[in-house]
Amino acid sequence: MSIIYLVLPLALLVVLLGVLAFLWATRRGQYDDLDTPAIRVLHDDAPGASAPDHYAGQTETRG
Amino acid sequence: MDDAAPRQFCCAGCRTAYAILREHGLGQYYELPERRDRPVTTSGRTFDEFDHPAFHALYVKATGNGLSRVELYLEGVHCGSCVWLVERVPLILPGVARAELNVRRALATVEWDSAAVPLSRVARTLDSLGYPPHPFRGMRREELRRREDRAALARIGVSGALAANVMLAALALYSGWWSGMEAPIARFFRWMSLALATPALIGPGRVFFQSAWAALRTRTLHMDLPIAIALGAGFVRGAINTVTDTGPIYFDGVVMLVFLLLCGRYLQQRGQRAAADAAELLYSLTPATARVLSADGVAREVPAEAIVPGDLLEVRSGESFAADGVVASGESAVNVALLTGESHPVFTRQGDKVFAGTLNVASPIRVRVTEAGEERRVARILRQVEESAGRRAPVVQLADRLAGWFTAVVVALAVTAFLFWTGRDPEQAIDNAIALLVVTCPCALALATPLAVTAAIGRAARAGIFIKGGEALETLSKPATLFLDKTGTLTEGRTSLVHWEGAEWPKPLVLALERESTHPLAAAVRAAFGNQPAPVPEWSRHVIGGGVEGRVSGHQIVVGSPKFVTSHARPEGAPATEEALRRAPWLITGAPRTDPSSPSAPRDDRGSTAPREDRGGTAPWHDRGGTAPREDRGGTAPWGDDEIEGTGIDGALTPVWVAVDGVVVARAGFGDALRCDTREALDALRARGWRLGILSGDDEHVVRAVGSTLGFAPGECRGGLTPEDKLHAVERARMSGPVVMVGDGVNDAAAIAAATVGIGVHGGAEACLATADIYLTKPGLSSLIELTQGSRRTMAIIRRGIAFSLAYNVVGATLAVVGAINPLIAAVLMPASSLTVLLAAWRGRSFAGEAA
Repeated sequence: MSIIYLVLPLALLVVLLGVLAFLWATRRGQYDDLDTPAIRVLHDDAPGASAPDHYAGQTETRG
Repeated sequence: MDDAAPRQFCCAGCRTAYAILREHGLGQYYELPERRDRPVTTSGRTFDEFDHPAFHALYVKATGNGLSRVELYLEGVHCGSCVWLVERVPLILPGVARAELNVRRALATVEWDSAAVPLSRVARTLDSLGYPPHPFRGMRREELRRREDRAALARIGVSGALAANVMLAALALYSGWWSGMEAPIARFFRWMSLALATPALIGPGRVFFQSAWAALRTRTLHMDLPIAIALGAGFVRGAINTVTDTGPIYFDGVVMLVFLLLCGRYLQQRGQRAAADAAELLYSLTPATARVLSADGVAREVPAEAIVPGDLLEVRSGESFAADGVVASGESAVNVALLTGESHPVFTRQGDKVFAGTLNVASPIRVRVTEAGEERRVARILRQVEESAGRRAPVVQLADRLAGWFTAVVVALAVTAFLFWTGRDPEQAIDNAIALLVVTCPCALALATPLAVTAAIGRAARAGIFIKGGEALETLSKPATLFLDKTGTLTEGRTSLVHWEGAEWPKPLVLALERESTHPLAAAVRAAFGNQPAPVPEWSRHVIGGGVEGRVSGHQIVVGSPKFVTSHARPEGAPATEEALRRAPWLITGAPRTDPSSPSAPRDDRGSTAPREDRGGTAPWHDRGGTAPREDRGGTAPWGDDEIEGTGIDGALTPVWVAVDGVVVARAGFGDALRCDTREALDALRARGWRLGILSGDDEHVVRAVGSTLGFAPGECRGGLTPEDKLHAVERARMSGPVVMVGDGVNDAAAIAAATVGIGVHGGAEACLATADIYLTKPGLSSLIELTQGSRRTMAIIRRGIAFSLAYNVVGATLAVVGAINPLIAAVLMPASSLTVLLAAWRGRSFAGEAA
């Protein structure tokens, strides 16, 4: 059972990574608007037209 | 446009929109599963102020790569197709790089190249889609709020992850308790729990200690106080037990409590945010800039803040006034719907008073400013709105006081139990006190209500009812006094052609004259006849307050009020050409009073888009191939105004006559059609014991006429009210019980805010909806019934939850005081009770309607 002394901290390390990923996503504003992207994803892109880039960062834009 | 031909359009606007979309390969819009059912209303403003440097200084930010970014509030946003339109159509303009919409908040972010395209152009595009934009003034506050929201989410995420892992450790410990766990491993798990609980408490859990400390310093009782004591005591006791390796640790309960409470707070906060958001729009009522004429007659654009009494403003057609003032020169028609709810423009000339926020619809005028800034009438009304909204606080204070009492009782009980047990069994004293604090933790109490309300609000939103605050549900669960506005609430709120008597053939001629006019009646004509081809008039002339005359296809056409038509329509030589006579048998004569569907016919609920083609069948002169052309009787028509005035609801109609070559050939009634299911909804509410009444800014006998068709007693219909009168009426009624106010206009805003519950209806002015607690997105008033029933069910769910958690607390507290349960059992019982209450709250069917 002494393996648990190794495995448990490892598991907690994974949790830490998860928490850090969550914090990163929160800071990036991924949770700011939970309604619109759900609607937006259903709209097909116009064939041939360059689609608007909704996932460009807060300050940079392409398109 | 050709492929548009076989399609049916409700109005010219839809056809134009269709053409634009097709032209740019965006025809997919018409395949979208949910499209807006609301008619597109374009404000028609020029949005020139959007290009002014002062505007840019206030609202526009540079993005750093040569583009500019602005955030705009859009009116009328509510569904998936709105997202589609707002995010695609502006991109058609060269220079627009990005358009993004947050549909919940109706906030659009636009990035564009200010060198390539002016912002006013973008604004006009959005306006033409039916989303009039307003600058978003709260950018700085928005940044703060965004940070707060993210911080709250981060706290929830961190405490959730920690709580889950502490729970896992606790599970291992509990099962180890029964099956036998090696002491070193058990110790390892206990230390691990301590290691996880510590960051949970000093990180996310800190907020409770902070607010408890703040409450202590201000000597007030707050729900957070016992929470902080329980958290602190549980943690300290657990830590001591961990170090000494004896007795239970409470980390699982403590950390779970932090997580659940943070979740509850977040849900509550989000609801409050929505309310605060919408209030922003109140500031968008008046233009941001105005043109001030200096003494030498040079106009320069200045920010609205810089206007002072005595300035001379130039206000063009289609612009709204930035300040109150007196017309110095010119004459025009002013749409004062903002202040009175009256949908017809008021004829205004030199010496007349105009008010900020109202819209100049006809021709340019100059206005001498009398009141500016905070002294303007609209600003005073908004102040009343804010004051009324602030006065709602007593309800909140009461809830806080109750929570305070609860807190005081729990803390006193814990201290008593501690002192009592210290005398007999010091070992047990601290455990029993902690058990008491943990088991009576008000988290079921604190969470059940917000959760039930949040669940109800979510369900209601799917039924087309947007509820901003939970308090409204309480009022609506019991019958009370309900006041309704007339224009826009009981009726559609826009002028439409509801009555056409006479031949069909003059319609294109009328349309030809009205095509370019900004007059609301002209808009109604376009809405009704827009799909017909119309010739181009040779000349036309508008007479303010009268009508329009002109020459189309060689005929003199006069359209306008009966007085105007009779005075202007004069035969010019031959009444008409041979050809016209053959094509269109002259009518005119006494209107067929025997015609059963004639003047007092029931109003057509289909509203503006359906002129009464069907009625024609009963009118002998309607048939185009008519074999019996009637003899022309001359320039005046035999109808009198009295008939229109006197017959029930038609009293609300504005008569308009059409004369061709001096002969009155048709008679139209323009008015405001009733919303479709008004009568049924009102009857259902009456049957449930609600006391109903109308408060309207419209003319008293128009209000009576409409009211009587809806089953109102004359005493229940009050007309001719100013916004201030409405406010007073609501305040008076509040003295004898809760009052619900339903309205749509800014003139209702103060009354809506003053009422116990304010409800804004489908299609209302966004600025009025800002002050409302509830917004109905479905046309018609049937949502009101759903709303009252859903509120009743929600309140039942909340009451059950509170009763359960109180009963549980009383039993738990008793057991803890007598020492029958130790903190460990209390820590298990606490989440069990919470979960029961929360599940009941979440699952409870409050609002049934899931249908779109």
